[in-house]
Amino acid sequence: MSNGFHIVVCGSLVPDPLQTLQPVMGASGLPELKSEMMLPSVLDPWAGHALFEAAHLAAKTPESKVWLVSAGPKARLQQLMMTLAQKVPFELVALDGSASGFTDASSVAKSLSEAIEGIAGLDRSRMLLFGGCASASRDAGATMQIVGERLSIHDQFLAVDELDVENDGSLRILERIEGGQYLESVCEGPPAMLGWATGTLPEPKNNPQVGMMNMRTIMPALQRAQSVSVGAGDSTFASVEVPQQRRETRIVKDLPADEIARELVEWIRS
Amino acid sequence: MQTPERQSMEVDIVCTGFGPATGGFLTTLAEAMNDDQGQPALMSRVMPGMPLQVICYERADDIGFGVSGIVTRAKGIRDSLPDLDPSQIPLAHSVEGEEVLYLLDPHKVSRRSWSLKMLDRLVHAGKWLLPYKEHAVKLPYIPGFLSKHDGLLLSMGQFNQWVGSQLMSSGLVQVWPGMPVKEPLIEDDQVVGVRLIDQGTDREGNPDAGFMPGMDIRAPLTVVGDGPVGSVGQKLDEHFGLPEGNHQREWALGMKMVIDLPPDCELKPGMVLHTFGYPEPEIFGFLYVYPDGVASAGIFVPSWLDSPVRTSYRYLQHWMTHPALWKHLEGSTMRSWGAKSLQESGKAGEPFLVGDGYARIGEGSGSTNVLTGSGVDEAWTTGVQLAEAVIELVKQDKPFTRENLENTYVRRRRESWVEKEGRVAERSRDGFQKGFVRGLIGMGITGLTGGWLNLSGDSKPPHERIPSIEEHYAGKIPADELKKMRAQCTESGTSLQEALLNRCGWPEIPFDGKLLVSQQDALLMGGKVQAPPGYADHVVFINPELCESCSEKLCIDMCSGQAIAPGENDGVPQFDREKCVHCGACMWNCTRARDGDAEQTNIKFGVGAGGLHSAEN
Repeated sequence: MSNGFHIVVCGSLVPDPLQTLQPVMGASGLPELKSEMMLPSVLDPWAGHALFEAAHLAAKTPESKVWLVSAGPKARLQQLMMTLAQKVPFELVALDGSASGFTDASSVAKSLSEAIEGIAGLDRSRMLLFGGCASASRDAGATMQIVGERLSIHDQFLAVDELDVENDGSLRILERIEGGQYLESVCEGPPAMLGWATGTLPEPKNNPQVGMMNMRTIMPALQRAQSVSVGAGDSTFASVEVPQQRRETRIVKDLPADEIARELVEWIRS
Repeated sequence: MQTPERQSMEVDIVCTGFGPATGGFLTTLAEAMNDDQGQPALMSRVMPGMPLQVICYERADDIGFGVSGIVTRAKGIRDSLPDLDPSQIPLAHSVEGEEVLYLLDPHKVSRRSWSLKMLDRLVHAGKWLLPYKEHAVKLPYIPGFLSKHDGLLLSMGQFNQWVGSQLMSSGLVQVWPGMPVKEPLIEDDQVVGVRLIDQGTDREGNPDAGFMPGMDIRAPLTVVGDGPVGSVGQKLDEHFGLPEGNHQREWALGMKMVIDLPPDCELKPGMVLHTFGYPEPEIFGFLYVYPDGVASAGIFVPSWLDSPVRTSYRYLQHWMTHPALWKHLEGSTMRSWGAKSLQESGKAGEPFLVGDGYARIGEGSGSTNVLTGSGVDEAWTTGVQLAEAVIELVKQDKPFTRENLENTYVRRRRESWVEKEGRVAERSRDGFQKGFVRGLIGMGITGLTGGWLNLSGDSKPPHERIPSIEEHYAGKIPADELKKMRAQCTESGTSLQEALLNRCGWPEIPFDGKLLVSQQDALLMGGKVQAPPGYADHVVFINPELCESCSEKLCIDMCSGQAIAPGENDGVPQFDREKCVHCGACMWNCTRARDGDAEQTNIKFGVGAGGLHSAEN
């Protein structure tokens, strides 16, 4: 029997963080980002860490495989894959739906878990379910737990920074807790759900060969993408806003560090 | 440290740079790759039994990053996309109205020749008879060669993204952004592919943590569409030179903002405003109005602006606050900001279009028409022409030799409107070499006579044109005062160019925190620049002694992203990759000739990762 892992990573796109994000009320009565379809996208950073950790684990564990289950507008997913597919090997399961962030966690989780149940060849007894600790669709941090519950995965870990596979096949997991400390847990093995924080791996380099290999499966997956409804359901959005920035630019030269610190403290207190 | 082995991969066609030219090439090629039954019609030579393997590498982190807003007749684009529906492309709109404004100087501080001052006096004297408003005169008619009637307004970023998504959804070609191409692979004067950039290096390019040598992508055909400052094009020019008599000495820096117009703005989508005459006579401006109250507004600072003071950002603000523009722009908010170098030698700067194993398309191939001020449609069309040639050669099972590419691609190009109009335009701007008014008259004569008559003017490399600050201000600012200003600016770390503009009477910019902001704030609010670690610096000061002896250091003031800063003791400037927008202005604004090559400057602009993250541009 194989000892490899079947790692399913849930992750979707978010607007490139360098863009101007302006929430507006859309014509449908639901909030959206102004010019959202014009905004370039990146993989949600937490899901990105999850994917890179998954690929790293799969590379050092023979007979392992990685799937990326991603719900988002098909055209945006396609664009995202141009950069992501060069990073690590994975097989895409694409769901065509909203990734606006103005969705509710349970409907996203329902779509994701149904898609996972439909993955051909997935051995759920060997499954590690990965995602970002507060992601999967720019949500409030509940999606991954709900996906895990719907798939009857009871060992769930959040804000994970490290996963080690012990010699006996058990999993040693470090979860972030308050005060900069870690909670160390050990579970017997898969299935388990891990919502990743930042992990420990840098972003992989772009590898053209990985890109070529991935693209053979990505395009058919995008063409097969099922349309899913991950809307807000009965939720009502009272208002939408982004945190207000406050910036005061002043150029100074040769100011002692103590003086800069004093000014900063004064500024924060004010 | 053990150096990993350099990997290699084979494809049939490798393209460098995803701009309009490569978009036209891949769109046309992809349409021919399958037959009516959906079966492969063009077969691979490197992978027998497989369809043609076509791959494109784009330097920027995504396709459509860091380009520009344009107005185009879209003749070539519409020929190859007959069902093009602008409403499907964000920010696209048909041209609904055009105006050309001659801007007078409300502050009387710009560098105006006696002939232009005379013209201004005449305009003032007859302003009751002329279409004169807010210190501007609307040209009564737009010559046919300049008009973009029935054309399209596009955001190049959005257009490229749209084209890229069509290509990706076809699944027939692969486009990989975020992967800079370092150089062509040349063996016995034959281009056999490209080498990708090394990853995991220090700033000097030495192997560092996670070093991964750039992969060699070997291909029977390399399609070079990497634009005017692309590394592959530059390396080919270094290796093969330019055809005799050709030069690439004319440049311009385009700097612009994408803005949200105020709600009460009366400009309608599709409106095109072009300006000249202010803030300096040689600086041209544009305002394109997109749907949904968004506009693109900017200026072009040409290489033949014979002034060592050419801070594009400051000039952009003076242009926006000209009364004729400000009446539309007041109350606007900047969404994004960017800059790009334009190769303005056009046909005169054409390199060898083809050679064994390679072909060049787009702006870097000299396709820009400097008379009509049009480049995107021409670039797209050259890509289409190359694709048609490639389809012909693949179907006939002929290799991509220089001769075969000459007989197919170059022949198509020479017989096309791109070539015919390019020839008309070839000498249209020569007059600007001897002054602005002469240049304008020259353009008019060329345009109206279809290129039969031109006004002459010998071209010089930019570094030979730019006087020193002391020479430029002789008789205007006393030498002692200039020396003092220089010392004060060096001491305080502030810009001498800004101080000189203020000293000459240019008004302070009334910052409003929305549209009129300091350049530092513009970089924060609209710059959207990012540079991943682990790559070599792409701006290199070749001979430090030349930098140390340079008193202008125009590279610092012309740097659009303020990525070049004064070095220690006013020596070699410092480059900060994380601020660079990859406009390439430093390369042609350096005032020192390169040792051993008087056509080049002391700044090498190579390939780099990162840059602007805005697809609205």
